[in-house]
Amino acid sequence: MKHATFFWFFLPTGLAMLFFIGFSMVSVLTQSIFAPHEAVLKEVETCTPLVGCTTETTVDHAATAEKRAAQPLGRFVGLDIYFDRGHLAVQEVAEIWATASGGGDFWDRLYNLPFYRAMAFTLVFTFVVTPFVILLGLMIALAVNALHARLRGLMIFFSLLPFVVTPLIGGLVLFWMFDSRGILGSALQYLAGDPDLSLKASTSLMWISIIIWGIWHAAPFAFVIFYAGLQTLPQDQIEAARIDGASRWQQVRYVVVPHLMPLVTFVALIQLMDNFRVFEPVVAFNASAHANTLSWFIYNDLSGETRQLSSASATSVMTIIGVAILLAPVLVRSWRDFKGKV
Amino acid sequence: MAGAAQRRPLGLRVTIYAFALAWLVAAAFPFIWTAWGSFKVELDFFSIADWTYALTGERTTAEYGRPFTGAGYHGSWVQQEFWRNVINTFIICFCVVLTSLTIGTLGGYALSRSGYRYTFWLLIAALIFRAMPPLTLVAGYMLPFFEWNVWGILPTTIIVLVAINQPFTLWMLHSFFQSIPKELDESAKVDGCTQFQAFRFVIIPVMWPGVITTGLFSFLLAYNDFAVTSMLLSENNRTMVPEIAAYLGTTYTEGNVMFAVAAAVSAIIPLFILVLFFQRQIVSGLTAGAVKG
Repeated sequence: MKHATFFWFFLPTGLAMLFFIGFSMVSVLTQSIFAPHEAVLKEVETCTPLVGCTTETTVDHAATAEKRAAQPLGRFVGLDIYFDRGHLAVQEVAEIWATASGGGDFWDRLYNLPFYRAMAFTLVFTFVVTPFVILLGLMIALAVNALHARLRGLMIFFSLLPFVVTPLIGGLVLFWMFDSRGILGSALQYLAGDPDLSLKASTSLMWISIIIWGIWHAAPFAFVIFYAGLQTLPQDQIEAARIDGASRWQQVRYVVVPHLMPLVTFVALIQLMDNFRVFEPVVAFNASAHANTLSWFIYNDLSGETRQLSSASATSVMTIIGVAILLAPVLVRSWRDFKGKV
Repeated sequence: MAGAAQRRPLGLRVTIYAFALAWLVAAAFPFIWTAWGSFKVELDFFSIADWTYALTGERTTAEYGRPFTGAGYHGSWVQQEFWRNVINTFIICFCVVLTSLTIGTLGGYALSRSGYRYTFWLLIAALIFRAMPPLTLVAGYMLPFFEWNVWGILPTTIIVLVAINQPFTLWMLHSFFQSIPKELDESAKVDGCTQFQAFRFVIIPVMWPGVITTGLFSFLLAYNDFAVTSMLLSENNRTMVPEIAAYLGTTYTEGNVMFAVAAAVSAIIPLFILVLFFQRQIVSGLTAGAVKG
């Protein structure tokens, strides 16, 4: 295809991505180094007879509004927002580092800083959910593949539901069951013998519930991919392994799993990307007091009464850096593959 | 496969069936339970006294004279005018699917037919864009949209959703067009067609299976979105998902959580029907990306 033809074919989609993804990243970067204008103050002298004159400092609303209209971005503050208490909290971390009595104490106090708390749960969620999704997906795929052919379609239909249903609504459906007045919450209270056990009061229960939501939501995706992979399994290799006396477990371990390995990499990549940006269950489970994620942090800044654009932008830039670190190995590999092909 | 299945020992077969059944319950029961509960009053579905009330409908019977009630649905659809949000959702979904398929088809076709190095870089850029959390992008839109006075309306949201969906659409259509033999449009060009004519008369008639599959996923992305719609739409223009989230803010205090339950069940039903009719396309769409790598 000629360059010119390619250009015209690609123009609409290229423009859409350039304007709404590329420029948005630039915009986030710019906003994160500007802070809202401070209010303009003026001194007013009021003189009353007999009492004398007093000077008061008040906000000059007209001047403030004028300044904001003239420079909507705000004033330039460099990297200050990144280092303030709501984000990387450099001063606080240095202080904790200097005064902490030991490793455990250091992490405890670091966890009390909001940004690090969001970071901690995001990382735990990403790196717990991803392997479990792969494992559960593989188990379901192997089980469904062994079922009678008529049952398989039914299994796939119901399995797809948790994945297809809106994440927020799926989260609510689980939350209503896990709630202390819901069916699973009541069952847990009964099993634990503790009538006060409640999702709202327990941080660890909240973490586990959200992680269960993550696995429940994404396992069907892994299942469908692995199930498709099992359909192309080379039967002669299984046959050969069986003749050589391999047990069922050995057949799975040495023939099936290596065959599915490229798909495992694919699922892991997609899952890392998707789990790192999770925030719907935090909204659905009303969990922000116990667990929040980097994306929820941005959501919270943006949805408040006063939209804190600078703060949200700084968190966004750091989230993008996090995504880049996660993606780097994959990008390097596909670059090598591409160079190998040329 | 039948032969292999017969050779499995009984214990293994029982384990497999038990595990499959357990997963089936885990996947389906939450939805069945919520759909069932949406016809109860709050004190039954969220029972403090006795969890069996959710089954028998004790309080519902006391209040309405029968164990089932449509009060939650009446409350959300009529009192809270949930139908407005439903209409907004379908307007957004329709426009997003139409626009993103139109520009995505052109772009994906071009990527699959051009052998130059820049196609690789464009695809990698799309992959990186695909990895961007939507909320980080939304943080970038807010200020310009406020400045230009286009915040809060449906068209803005549609364009943003189209753009966010593009990377995914491009990858999917790119791999789909690669499976259509190049000789088809090459021979049309030998016969004197321009590239666009070859696309128009040769490719368009055979591309529908892939385009429909991609369209399904565009629909799901637009329908399920919460990040963009909750941030970029004003209160009057809300779609279903942010509206349900907003119920929780207001109705937990009012004690009308059943409005949210009924609305959530209403929002699940179209997805249920979608899976029912397009199961095959969804499965093939999910695997298409994986198999091509």
